[in-house]
Amino acid sequence: MAEPIRVPERDEPAPTRGTPLRAVTGARLPWRESSLAQLTLVRFREFIREPEAVFWTFLFPVVLAIGLGIAFRNKPADVIAVGVVGGSATADSLVARLTKAGGLKVIALADDGAARRALRTGEAALVAVTTPAGAVEYQFDDTRPEGRTARFLVDDAVQRGAGRRDPVRVAERKVQEKGSRYIDFVIPGLLGMNIMGGGIWGLAFAIVDARRKHLLKRLVSTPMRHAHYLVSFVFSRFAFLIVEVIVIVGSAVLLFGVPVRGSLVQLAVVCIVSSLGFGGLGLLISSRARTTEGVSGLTNLVMMPMWVLSGVFFSSTNFPAVAQPVIQALPLTATINALRATMLQGAGWDAVVMPMLVVLVWGVGSFVVALRIFRWR
Amino acid sequence: MTMSASVAGSLAGRVPAGTPALRVAGLRKRYGDVVAVDGLDLTVAAGECFGLLGPNGAGKTTTIEICEGLTMPDEGIVEVLGRRWDEDEHALRERLGIQLQETQLAEKLTVEETVRLFRSFYARGREVDEVIDLVQLGEKRGARVGKLSGGQKQRLALACAMVGDPELLFLDEPTTGLDPQSRRQLWDLIVELRASGRSIVLTTHYMDEAEKLCDQVAIVDHGRVIALGSPRELIASLGAEHVVEFTAPSAAPGALTVQQLGALDGVQSAREHDGRWTLEVVELARAVPALLEELARRGLPLGELATHSATLEDVFVSLTGRQLRDG
Repeated sequence: MAEPIRVPERDEPAPTRGTPLRAVTGARLPWRESSLAQLTLVRFREFIREPEAVFWTFLFPVVLAIGLGIAFRNKPADVIAVGVVGGSATADSLVARLTKAGGLKVIALADDGAARRALRTGEAALVAVTTPAGAVEYQFDDTRPEGRTARFLVDDAVQRGAGRRDPVRVAERKVQEKGSRYIDFVIPGLLGMNIMGGGIWGLAFAIVDARRKHLLKRLVSTPMRHAHYLVSFVFSRFAFLIVEVIVIVGSAVLLFGVPVRGSLVQLAVVCIVSSLGFGGLGLLISSRARTTEGVSGLTNLVMMPMWVLSGVFFSSTNFPAVAQPVIQALPLTATINALRATMLQGAGWDAVVMPMLVVLVWGVGSFVVALRIFRWR
Repeated sequence: MTMSASVAGSLAGRVPAGTPALRVAGLRKRYGDVVAVDGLDLTVAAGECFGLLGPNGAGKTTTIEICEGLTMPDEGIVEVLGRRWDEDEHALRERLGIQLQETQLAEKLTVEETVRLFRSFYARGREVDEVIDLVQLGEKRGARVGKLSGGQKQRLALACAMVGDPELLFLDEPTTGLDPQSRRQLWDLIVELRASGRSIVLTTHYMDEAEKLCDQVAIVDHGRVIALGSPRELIASLGAEHVVEFTAPSAAPGALTVQQLGALDGVQSAREHDGRWTLEVVELARAVPALLEELARRGLPLGELATHSATLEDVFVSLTGRQLRDG
């Protein structure tokens, strides 16, 4: 190799390419053979041929909703168990009075030891102890809602039995409104969680797996347009999203009568925008990682705090006021707020504009960063 | 086989006459403290099958991936089909077929879906069915990639590399890890591609593969080209047509020395390693009797006498003192 190397000038005309060889498959490919269509088809095929993925994406949220629906179904008003330490006439009359009061189940307890045991095991929410002088002592845990409720019910029965008269006459009308039950609250939360999971996990795992197997490198060694690869994820996500939303919302409406008070168009827009937003996050998460272990850690790091903070299972307003600006700026909080406003309150567009802006800022921001740092090879 | 007719098709006029398919000059690439490629020069003529032969870790894969535009060199010039990678990467990729060493294609797709996917990336190319038949996967058309044997996967990888009807193919260790029959099938395919006028650059650490397939071979070691030529020229450069190997004690009184053996009639050179002797021999019929006579004269026992025609392996050993397999 002694041949001297000639360094070509930068502006030297490139050798022209001769007339192309016979066009083997002649003209432009039909759309179905285009790289975008083929890449999108690959996404579908890989997904549908993975039964676990189908289960976790479509059926798991429904199973979870059914489980939660059963656990938190609106039961007839709870009967609260209270104990009375017996052995005296005053105790016996207290037992009789409480039994008559309704809403209480009265357990006779032999002594203080039995009383403590009943409180400790939760067998009784409150233990009433009578003194010879005619006074009553309530033993209960005031940090438990049941204990506090028992105290009011028992005290009411005790005082009325002793002849108390209420100065104000009150009337009660019992109302159970659809839309205010726990199942109504949790369904938009689950939907939001699913949109996040699909966007982040669906993208991140597939991309990192392709990188790990050197498939990404193989793809970019062809003339494939990089954008087509990424857009194929967007297309397939939208198709899966339609199925997800129909399965989750549909089963919630049919099984639990969860209301969808706002417009369906608005619900669809919220789902699509938030799916795009989380897709951007998913792309950012997967932009560098080389191993699926690495990306699962990163995915959990991003998603876990939102599962807890963003109000999937309980309202995000339960967290201290100091943390609220951060919590409200999270994309999942914004998504769930917009979903609840649309489904439960029947709110109009003005209620979802801000949350959707928050989600879009996250999505577009991550997308831009992801494209800059993406590891194709 | 009827392949030639279908693989072929005139490539005349695709590349201006005289433009090499690949030209590499002064290539350097280091990863941290490790110098993977250390001033490497290559020229591959159009229509030629060019082999990079060397042990594992010699820098073959780094070199070929730089040529494929997948790795940036620290220094040096790469011209593929007369173009540089920074000129128009997309247009250049349309004209190349690439097989990487470790790609795992999507296991859940079928053979046909995989080839169709790769076909969709190219503006022009070959019929999917035709390419699948060429690599003899016709019966496996509908089989999932995950169910294919190693040889079938390699042939599928080759199908993906050729479906864009490339002018130049880069094949990185196309037959590594395959059984002899699968290797032979792949060799036949590569020979057909070469016969149809495509230029091919392949890496291998099998000397028989390089001898069988390549017009030109560059022997690579420690990131440099240490010998370059046709397999025949390289073997001829040994100056010996045959190699004689035998065992004899090297520490006994009156033991043989390299100088004495090298001076025997018909012997070109001699080496010894742990009691195993290797003689490069110009003429077997003179050298073997002379060797036996010498051993008898010294009263040394002879064990395991073997001879073979000189190969590229012997060229590598003579250049580096190591076996190819030793890495």
